[in-house]
Amino acid sequence: MEKFDRLTAVAAPLLRDNIDTDAIIPSREMKSVSKTGLAAGLFAGWRYTTIGGRDPDPQFVLNKPAYAGARIILGGSNFGCGSSREHAVWALHEYGVRAVIAPTFSPIFFGNCIRNGIVPVRLPAETIAAIAAWVEQDPARHQVTVDLEAQTVAAGGALQRFELDDEPRAMLLEGLDAIDLTLKQRPAIEAFRNRDQAARPWIYL
Amino acid sequence: MARTLFDKLWSQHEVLTLGGSVSLIAIDRIFLHERTGSVALKSLRQAARPVVDPSRVFCTMDHIVDTLPGRGDDTRMPGGKAFIVETREAATEAGIRVFDVRDPQQGIVHVISPELGIVLPGATVVCPDSHTCTQGAMGALAWGIGSTEAEHALATGTLRVNRPKTMRVRFEGPLAPGVTAKDLTLALISRHGSVGGNGYAVEFAGSAVRSLEIEARLTLCNMATEFSAFTGMIAPDDKTFEYLRGRRYAPQGELFERAVAQWRELVTDEGARFDREITIDVGELAPMITWGTSPQHAVPVTGAVPTLEQSGTPREAYERALTYMGLEPGTRLDQLAIDAAFIGSCTNSRISDLRRAAKILEGRKVAPNVRAICVPGSMTVKRQAEAEGLDQVFRDAGFEWRESGCSMCFFAGGESFGTRERVVSSTNRNFESRQGPETRTHIASPETVAASAIAGRLADVREIAAAA
Ligand code: SF4
Repeated sequence: MEKFDRLTAVAAPLLRDNIDTDAIIPSREMKSVSKTGLAAGLFAGWRYTTIGGRDPDPQFVLNKPAYAGARIILGGSNFGCGSSREHAVWALHEYGVRAVIAPTFSPIFFGNCIRNGIVPVRLPAETIAAIAAWVEQDPARHQVTVDLEAQTVAAGGALQRFELDDEPRAMLLEGLDAIDLTLKQRPAIEAFRNRDQAARPWIYL
Repeated sequence: MARTLFDKLWSQHEVLTLGGSVSLIAIDRIFLHERTGSVALKSLRQAARPVVDPSRVFCTMDHIVDTLPGRGDDTRMPGGKAFIVETREAATEAGIRVFDVRDPQQGIVHVISPELGIVLPGATVVCPDSHTCTQGAMGALAWGIGSTEAEHALATGTLRVNRPKTMRVRFEGPLAPGVTAKDLTLALISRHGSVGGNGYAVEFAGSAVRSLEIEARLTLCNMATEFSAFTGMIAPDDKTFEYLRGRRYAPQGELFERAVAQWRELVTDEGARFDREITIDVGELAPMITWGTSPQHAVPVTGAVPTLEQSGTPREAYERALTYMGLEPGTRLDQLAIDAAFIGSCTNSRISDLRRAAKILEGRKVAPNVRAICVPGSMTVKRQAEAEGLDQVFRDAGFEWRESGCSMCFFAGGESFGTRERVVSSTNRNFESRQGPETRTHIASPETVAASAIAGRLADVREIAAAA
């Protein structure tokens, strides 16, 4: 996984609450058993004028020239709710998004971000609304900085601190592979398993 | 010290603490399906990482698989067949038990897992599916994960999990006629919001929960994810143990008795503290239905489409929901004509759901111009329903009767109810385009769906039952 420390980029406001993973990537856009080939389907239902089509809807934020190259999404509460499909995060990542700033995230989407090098930043809705208002004045120039080391978001001269647990933060900062890391704990896992098997034999089939 | 059910489940599975609030948690059961499990298995194989304990991993074909009679690997979804074929290949190669398309025990993951005794009290169960919380009704710690997390669980038998806070939701009092577990969950989410449970593991408790049968408890826990909770759970009791006795993967004989003795400890101790508590008086509840595009947009079926102020929803979202659903504030919900009715999904497709719906349908006909479909949650449920003659009741009333699977609970790219068609559905999500592009979904209990199908409009099941 690629490392994340600091990113300054165009931020696209999508301040709707409850943006679900099917809105981020509709089922019909997940055409094969693959983690790639998903960027074109990102927000397909909103981004294109027809279902399954590819004609950009000029009203949709990511289609506006000023937001070209956006790498940060400003979202509403419960971002990424609905289906657990990780394709939503893979599609965002493939499109170039590296941070999503929202008041709350669905827990599964939040975990999926951590495992794929996207920083989920939790800030109060009013703060995000203020950042969005500043961005909208001149999206290409009013870029937002997410600093994971310092755990801050800088926008319009204001600096906001955000919370992220040490473990996920370290995973993102160092681009660690969680499986590799856990496999180092094999002795502890095996010891646990031996104890547990004696205590709860019915769990082991 | 007094501990909650969650505390007990957590500490029993904690292999290590990893710093902050993250722990390495042992995983007892992993379930996969062809929609999201396929990619996890494929990616694991590419990384040459073996599945650490395949005997504790299960896989079903439920999401994309066709539900029309005579089905095989072909699906209505473009490219759907590849998901089925690749999942079968990868799972078989890894030595995982697959409930395949023609398996007599095939069905929706959260229906067959309890049915086969795969989920057990005190077990940790994960699946790359958000409704895995359903299985918490068995006294398990069961939650939905992403595909990468599924790879992690498969390769290590563990997950690195951030410990959630705890919440107890007590439903107290007797349920009025026509009020079901589905109505309890819709009432909770409508009052406390679709993010009300964010950050929490939620225990459902109280006299109303104790009175629910196991299948209804599964319905209650099913929508914990619509509450944005980490998961939902219910302390196991005699009903749970009796439900599991003799099930295929449950312990048998003397081992079962030993297990039950341990499972009896899985209750929240007197005086244990939760980070948050909510109590809902069940006596005052009526059958619920959703009017908008979030499960929190639910009101009693006898109510009206709320005004902006009543809705508790920000203006933009409120207006968007009304436009999407084609509604005006103040319209009585039971006046809304419907185009379709769907009974199925991991929320409400078990035998008790079908029995209750059939009771409403018996001797009646679905209104003209309403397309009605019933999809049993598993092949076992289907056979049981057929043995009881319920399929005939559904068919005689004008319902399609199908093979088991997720079917039109979600739009996979194939079958849909159609643009702007109004559907009353026993499922769990009324999101925009959930059941097909621009389809308008109203979520309710199976009996409300049945009553509405007959009336040709959203209907109060109590009114239909009284007219008998
Ligand atoms: S029935 Fe619906 S909600 Fe349940 S697992 Fe299938 S698609 Fe998901």
